[in-house]
Amino acid sequence: MFEFLIRPGSFDLFLNIGIIILKIAVVIGVVMLHVAYATYFERKVIGHIQVRMGPMEVGPHGILQPIADMLKLFFKEDIIPEKADKPVFYFAPIISLMAALSSLAVIPFFDGFVIADINIGLLFILALSSLGSYGLILSGWSSDSKYSFLGGLRSSAQVISYEIAMGMSLVGVMIMAGSLNLTEIVKAQAAYPTGMYAIPQFLGFFVFIIAAIAETNRSPFDLPECESELVAGYFVEYSGMRFALFYAAEYIGMIIMGSLAVTCFLGGWTIPAFITAVLPFLKYVPGIVWFALKLYVIIFFYYWIRATLPRYRYDQLMAIGWKVLIPLSLLNIVITGIIKIMVD
Amino acid sequence: MIPLHWYLWLGSIVFCIGIFGFLAKRNIIIMFLSIELMLNGVNISLVALSHYMQDLRGEILVFFIIAVAAAEAAIGLAIVVSLFRNRTSPHVDEIRELKG
Amino acid sequence: MLEFFFGYLSLVIIIFSLLVVLSKNAIHSVLYMLVMFFHVAGIYLLLQAEFLAAVQIIVYAGAILVLFLFAIMLLNLREELSAEQLTDGWPASLAVVAGLLLTLMLSLGGFTTTFNGSWSPEKIKEITFTKALGQALYTGYILPFEVASIILLVAIVGAIVLAKRRLN
Repeated sequence: MFEFLIRPGSFDLFLNIGIIILKIAVVIGVVMLHVAYATYFERKVIGHIQVRMGPMEVGPHGILQPIADMLKLFFKEDIIPEKADKPVFYFAPIISLMAALSSLAVIPFFDGFVIADINIGLLFILALSSLGSYGLILSGWSSDSKYSFLGGLRSSAQVISYEIAMGMSLVGVMIMAGSLNLTEIVKAQAAYPTGMYAIPQFLGFFVFIIAAIAETNRSPFDLPECESELVAGYFVEYSGMRFALFYAAEYIGMIIMGSLAVTCFLGGWTIPAFITAVLPFLKYVPGIVWFALKLYVIIFFYYWIRATLPRYRYDQLMAIGWKVLIPLSLLNIVITGIIKIMVD
Repeated sequence: MIPLHWYLWLGSIVFCIGIFGFLAKRNIIIMFLSIELMLNGVNISLVALSHYMQDLRGEILVFFIIAVAAAEAAIGLAIVVSLFRNRTSPHVDEIRELKG
Repeated sequence: MLEFFFGYLSLVIIIFSLLVVLSKNAIHSVLYMLVMFFHVAGIYLLLQAEFLAAVQIIVYAGAILVLFLFAIMLLNLREELSAEQLTDGWPASLAVVAGLLLTLMLSLGGFTTTFNGSWSPEKIKEITFTKALGQALYTGYILPFEVASIILLVAIVGAIVLAKRRLN
């Protein structure tokens, strides 16, 4: 991991660091743009599903709405509750955002484009997603308010429970690919007959998608922040820019979970070989297009679910996590292991 | 190449800080954290020795230590919670009588 | 360069371990502990044990410390800030710890190992640490592995039994 730092020749060193910084800037810029427009499309999609128009005022069809929202949040007053634990209150949204942004470092967006191509990429993402829960718990605790405290407690229990199911649903992929490196997982899928692991690993894929919704605190599992009973949950005391940081972290988390689903289950930047055999011209489409298309489908699925399903009750949520998803993912591991041994 | 004894020094400093916390603090939660500190000091030494001896046994031991630490934290905190049901103080030096 | 990384990591580890022990607020202690765990994971990376670094963060930071936070928040320890933090006998424990530390520092100085096993850094790098550890765990250490799983099961059952209120 630190090889580039001990290699002789300082020019190489600066060149390498420069390239890495450039890559980071590109990735963060593109992702932030996606975050801004993910909020816009969420409102539009949900609006049309509920037979209304969504935002229409700012620009044609409300296309400039995210920019207006950003400016509004930027100029809002930053209110800090008097009895809040100030250092923790300041750091909580930063922890949330940092955990979400760091995960982007190991995701291969197309062949050869990944900021840090490390051996344990999958574990790195799991580690950072478990760190994300700190932002929620600490913001809930430090605000010194009943609603945000309850939201923080709920989120800590929920995120820890669903992390287990999510991690174990990915074990099947690890067994099939024989690697924790995300680039190699994608390459192993391209070499596999179906071209994506979602078909043989349908059980793991199902568990992963549900656990990912709970992990990002999205509806129908948005109990930590449900408006109607907790007024907004853990970030009720936050305003202005600090609120925007939580909001951005939530959408980046959504993009990370979507990207993880794309790289681990849907073949990443590749398309299945049997499709290119029928339609050979599709081979010339650059990989980033496939990656983005698959990601947009998953994000659309998130919106669709949010617009369709009512919120779960808290005990139902826990029962689904512990009594359905974890046994299912264990079953998936056993089946995958048996098949792997029989094939070898 | 970093000399091996630097890692061992680091491990022993963390271990000693952990012992001090365990012996001297009154708050039972901090005492549990100090146990985790001690385990981390030992883990650093084990991984370093394992790397320098080119043998995986130390690292396997660290893997098991982390698993057992998880079990220990779960049981320990459950004991703390049930302790709080009887008396609402986290201070260990106030828990003197055996009869609950 | 590696010495620089080691110096930074060990400095932060020592300072934050002290802060964990000396901080008055239990929640702040847990947060200092979090920072310290990350730097310990950095030490593991320097020692080529990347799987252990990931496990350190997933298990310690992601599970154990969250459990601590959960317990502190449920017990609501906010009023304890003004209370006396150390036991009456703390100078004695400080003396014991100082003696132990001095002994360890003096005896470990210049310690080197002569034994060389079969897992050289180049070999581990070739097949990756995760695979090497997995192969060792599932061949020579399968019995301890199973025992560890039973320990975890016992811990789950024990924690539920202890923390649950009596039913009647």
